[in-house]
Amino acid sequence: MWRRSASFILDRTSNPSSPPMANNTTTQTPFQNPDAISAYYQTRAAHHHGVITSDWLAQAQAAVEQPPDDEDSSVSDHGNYEKSFDVIDEFNGWRKQPDLAEAVAAIRALAAVIRASEATTMMELEIELKKASDTLKSWDKTSISLTAGCDLFIRYVTRTSALEYEDFNSAKSRLLERAEKFGEISCKARKIIAMLSQDFIFDGCTILVHGLSRVVLEVLKTAAQNNKLFRVLCTEGRPDGTGVLLSNELSKLDIPVKLLLDSAVAYSMDEVDMVFVGADGVVESGGIINMMGTYQIALVAHSMNKPVYVAAESYKFARLYPLDQKDMAPALRPIEFGVKIPAKVEVERSARDYTPPQYLTLLFTDLGVLSPSVVSDELIQLYL
Amino acid sequence: MDARRGPLAVPKVRRVGFFTSTDPSQESPRPNRTQSGPADAITSSSSPLSDSPSAHFISPVQIPPSRHHSDNLASRAAPVPVPAPSAFRRQVANERTLHVGSYNPVDSLLGNSPPSSNGEVSEDSGSLFGFQRSDSAKLSASFPNGGFDMTMRVRAPQESESKAVIESEGRKKNVEASGESKSVATKSHKEKEPKEKPSKAERRASQERDRARKAAAKGEGSKRAGESSRANPSKVAKQPQLKKELPQGTSSVSEKRFVAVEKERRMDVPQTQMQYDDKSRVEKAKRRSVVEQTESKNKVELFLHLPQYERRNQLPTLSSNIFTLDTIHHAVYKVGLQHLAGDISGDNARCIAMLQAFQEAINDYATPPMKDLTLDLTAKINGYVSFLIECRPLSMSMGNAIRFLKNQIRKLPADLSESEAKASLCSEIGRFIDEKIVLADKVIVQHAVTKIRDGEVLLTYGFSCVVEMILLYAHEIGKNFRVVIVDSRPNLEGQKLLRRLVTRGLDCTYTHINAVSYIMGEVTRVFLGASSIFSNGTLYSKVGTACVAMVANAFSVPVIVCCEAYKFHERVLLDSICSNELGDPDAIANVPLRTNTKHSKTMDNNKNLQFLNLMYDSTPAEYISMIVTDYGMIPPTSIPVIVREYRREDLLL
Repeated sequence: MWRRSASFILDRTSNPSSPPMANNTTTQTPFQNPDAISAYYQTRAAHHHGVITSDWLAQAQAAVEQPPDDEDSSVSDHGNYEKSFDVIDEFNGWRKQPDLAEAVAAIRALAAVIRASEATTMMELEIELKKASDTLKSWDKTSISLTAGCDLFIRYVTRTSALEYEDFNSAKSRLLERAEKFGEISCKARKIIAMLSQDFIFDGCTILVHGLSRVVLEVLKTAAQNNKLFRVLCTEGRPDGTGVLLSNELSKLDIPVKLLLDSAVAYSMDEVDMVFVGADGVVESGGIINMMGTYQIALVAHSMNKPVYVAAESYKFARLYPLDQKDMAPALRPIEFGVKIPAKVEVERSARDYTPPQYLTLLFTDLGVLSPSVVSDELIQLYL
Repeated sequence: MDARRGPLAVPKVRRVGFFTSTDPSQESPRPNRTQSGPADAITSSSSPLSDSPSAHFISPVQIPPSRHHSDNLASRAAPVPVPAPSAFRRQVANERTLHVGSYNPVDSLLGNSPPSSNGEVSEDSGSLFGFQRSDSAKLSASFPNGGFDMTMRVRAPQESESKAVIESEGRKKNVEASGESKSVATKSHKEKEPKEKPSKAERRASQERDRARKAAAKGEGSKRAGESSRANPSKVAKQPQLKKELPQGTSSVSEKRFVAVEKERRMDVPQTQMQYDDKSRVEKAKRRSVVEQTESKNKVELFLHLPQYERRNQLPTLSSNIFTLDTIHHAVYKVGLQHLAGDISGDNARCIAMLQAFQEAINDYATPPMKDLTLDLTAKINGYVSFLIECRPLSMSMGNAIRFLKNQIRKLPADLSESEAKASLCSEIGRFIDEKIVLADKVIVQHAVTKIRDGEVLLTYGFSCVVEMILLYAHEIGKNFRVVIVDSRPNLEGQKLLRRLVTRGLDCTYTHINAVSYIMGEVTRVFLGASSIFSNGTLYSKVGTACVAMVANAFSVPVIVCCEAYKFHERVLLDSICSNELGDPDAIANVPLRTNTKHSKTMDNNKNLQFLNLMYDSTPAEYISMIVTDYGMIPPTSIPVIVREYRREDLLL
C-alpha cells in the first residue's frame, strides 16, 4: 500500500480532532471543502475508501450510454451533464491509484470528460472541458499541481492542429489521442527525472531529503539500483511524519538512512553534500512551493554552499508568482502537538512555504535539468 | 582641462602601470612584456594616464629612448584575452589617451635620438593596447561605445612605423614641446591652441578635406579624429594632421574588416545610438538638422558621447518656423516641439504622440512621381525621426515603435494602391497604439492588482502612468492600502501623481528620495515604472530608480516593475553611461524659490564645475523581484524569451 499524498499524510483514525474529511465529496456537493482544511493535504489513502472500481473506461462507457441530451443542446444545458458524469468522481477514482500523481489523475479525469462528452461542436467540447476543469480546480483550490495539471491539459489539448479537422468526430478522437499521450508523458516523467538526476549522485555522497516526494524516492531508488553508494538524511517531517515514512521505504531498499529532527538541519548540514526536495508546485519565478520547512533548509544549504536540487514533473509548473510567503492561498492543516494548547495560543497551520529561486540550484524535470530561471521560459512557451 | 585632470589621475594605479611598463623595457627583452601583458592590459584603462606620472617620477634622461616597434608587433600578436574594462572606464581612458594617440607617430619619427618621456609614454600605451588589438576589432561591434576607439589608438604606432615620415612642421614642434614632461606638455597645449585656432574658412576647408578622406578610410579617420577632438572644440585644428596619417597607414585586411564593421554598425544601430563624441558625424548631422542646437559650454567628460546641448533657447525660433517648414510635416513638427519643451513627457505619452503624428503625416503623404512608396516613405520617416531626435533623444520605446512602423512599411504588399497602403499603415499604427500600449496597460493593471493586499504600504517613485492606473484601480475595487510617493528634483513628477491620487481619495505620503531609506522600513511593495527593460533584465528608468530598488532590496521589500512588452529591448545594458540622456544642466544648477541666480552665474564660468543632469539610470536585474507585463508576471530573466517569442518579426529586420 502506498500512501498517496505527495507530502503529508494524516492518520485519520488516530486524529480525532481532525475535521470531517472531504472523502465523501464524490457524491455530495463537490464545490465545498469542509472547514478551511486543504483537501490536498488530507488523507487520501486508498484503503480508507472501500473498493472503488477505478476503471474510468467503464464509467465513461456508462456515461455514454446515458440517453443523450437534446442534439442541439446549448451550453447552458450542460449543467445537467454532471448528473450523468462527474469529473470529481472520476478524478477521485483515479486518485485512488497508488502511483498516480494528482495532476495525472486530473488529466485522466479530463480525458474521460472528452470521452463522455456529447458535444457536437468543438466549441461545445471546449466549454465542457473548461467547465470540468474549473470544477476540478475549485474542488481543491490549494492544490497547485491539480490546477497546473488542468491548465496544462486544456492548453495541450486545445492548442492542437486537430481543431482544424473538418469532421468533429475525427477531431475529437485526435483530442483523446493527445489527452492520452499527455497522460502517458506525465506518467513517464518520474522515470525521466530519475534518469536525469543520476549524474548528480556520486558515490559516497550524503543527501538530505525533506518531505515525502515520490519523485525523490524514485530518484533514490534508481540510484540504489545503479549501485551507487550514498547515505540519506531524512528530516522527520512534522506533523505527519513523512520523513519517517520515507526512511521506511529507503531502509527497505538497503539505503543507509538517518532520521533527523526538523530542527537539526543546520546542525547536520556540514556533512551533507546535496539537498534533494520534491515540490508541490514550481512557480513562474523558478521558485518552488513545497512542504513547510523547505525554505529554511534551502536557506541553510545556501549559506553553507550546498546545492539544492528539486525534482518535479513539468505538470507541476504553475502560473503563479508569489512575492513572499504570504502571497499564496494558505493550505491549512491540523497540527497535533501532543499536549493541550491553550485556547489563546495561536497555531501556525500552514502546510507549505515558498522557496525563492535564488536558493535553488537546479530543477530536475522531465523537460531536462533546468536552472530556476528557465522555468519561466518554459511556462511562457507553454501558456502564451 | 589637462590641469583639471591632473589631480584626478595621480593615484597608485598609474604608478603600477608605469612600473610594469618601464621595468621590463629597460633591462629585459621584449617577451617579458608579453608575459606581463594581461596585467598591463587590465590596467590599461588607467595606464594611459601613465603619461603624466612618468613625468613625475622619472626624468627624461633616465628613460630609455628606443622602442622597437617590431617588438611591439610581436607582443601584439600574442593572444592575450581582452580584458573587458567597463565602458565607462574606457571612456575615461579615451579621453586621457588622447595625447598618447596623437603623439605616437611623431615618437617614431623622431626615431631613437631624443630620449623623451613622451615617447616612453606613447610607446607604452601603444603596446598596452596592442595586446587587445586582435580581439578588440571583433569586439568592437558589440560595444557601442569604446570598441573602436581602442583599436584606433592601437593603429597609430603601427602606422607610424611605416609612414609617419610626412609630418607637418607644427606638429613636430608640438611634440618637441610636449616631449619634456606632462606639465610642460599641457602648457604647450595651451600655448598652441590660440595659435592654431582656425578661421571659419579654414575649418570649412578642413571639413571638406575630411569628407574626401573619409571616402578612403571610412569610419576610422573620422572616429579617431572625433576622439581626439571631442574633449576640446578648439582642438579641431589638430584633426587634419591626425587624419593625414590614417589613410596612409597600412590598409591591411583588418582595416577592411573594420570598415565593414563600421558600416554595418551604421546600418543597424538605431539613430538613438549616435555617438556625440564623434565629431564628423555630429557635423554631418548638424548640416541636416532643422533645429539649431547650441552645445553646452561646460560638458561633462564622461558623457561626451551623449548629446549635450543647451535646450529651450531655440524654442521661440522653432515655433516661429512652424509656418515656413517644408521638409517636416507639421504634426511631427508639433510633436517635436512638445518634446523639446517638455510638454509631453513620459514614455508612453511621447510614443503615442509620435505615432499619431506619423499617422497624420502618412495620411497627408503623396508619393512623388517616379518614386517608390516604400522607399520614399521610409526616407521621409527617417527624416522625421532625426528631427525628433534633435528635439530630444528618443526613448527606447520610441525606437521600438519606429522599428515597427518601418517594418510595416517594408512589408507592404507591392500591389497595393497608394491610398490602400496609407490606410493600412494608419490602421497598423492605430492597432499598435491600442494593442501594445492601451490594452497592455489594462492587462498590466489586472495582473498587478492581484499583488496588492489589504493593509499594504506601496511605494512608487516619480511618475509612471501605469503605476498610477494600478493604484487608482486598486482603490476603485476597494483595496485598502497606503501609498508612499518618492520624488526627486529637478522634475518633481511625483507631485503630479500625488495630486491625482489625493483627489481620488487615496492615502498618500510624499517624500523626496533623500528619505527613501527611512521610509522603506514601513513599505511592503515597491511599484516602479520603466522606460525600457533590456535583455539581461536591466531596468532602464528615470534616474533614481536604481537607488529606490536597491534600498528596497536591502530591506527585502519586493520590487515590482510594470512595463509594457513593447518597451523591451533586445540589447544588453550594463551601466547607465553607455546609453543615457542628459537633461538641462541648468535645471539642477538653479533651485526654484532661491532666486539669487548670482550663484549659478559665477558657477557657470567655472571651468572646474560641470552640471550633470542624468535622466535615466539602470537597475541590475537582481534588484527586481518581478516584472509585470502584458504577457503576465515574469521574472527579469525572462525578458529575452518575450523578445524572442513575440517580437520576432521586429527583430528580423
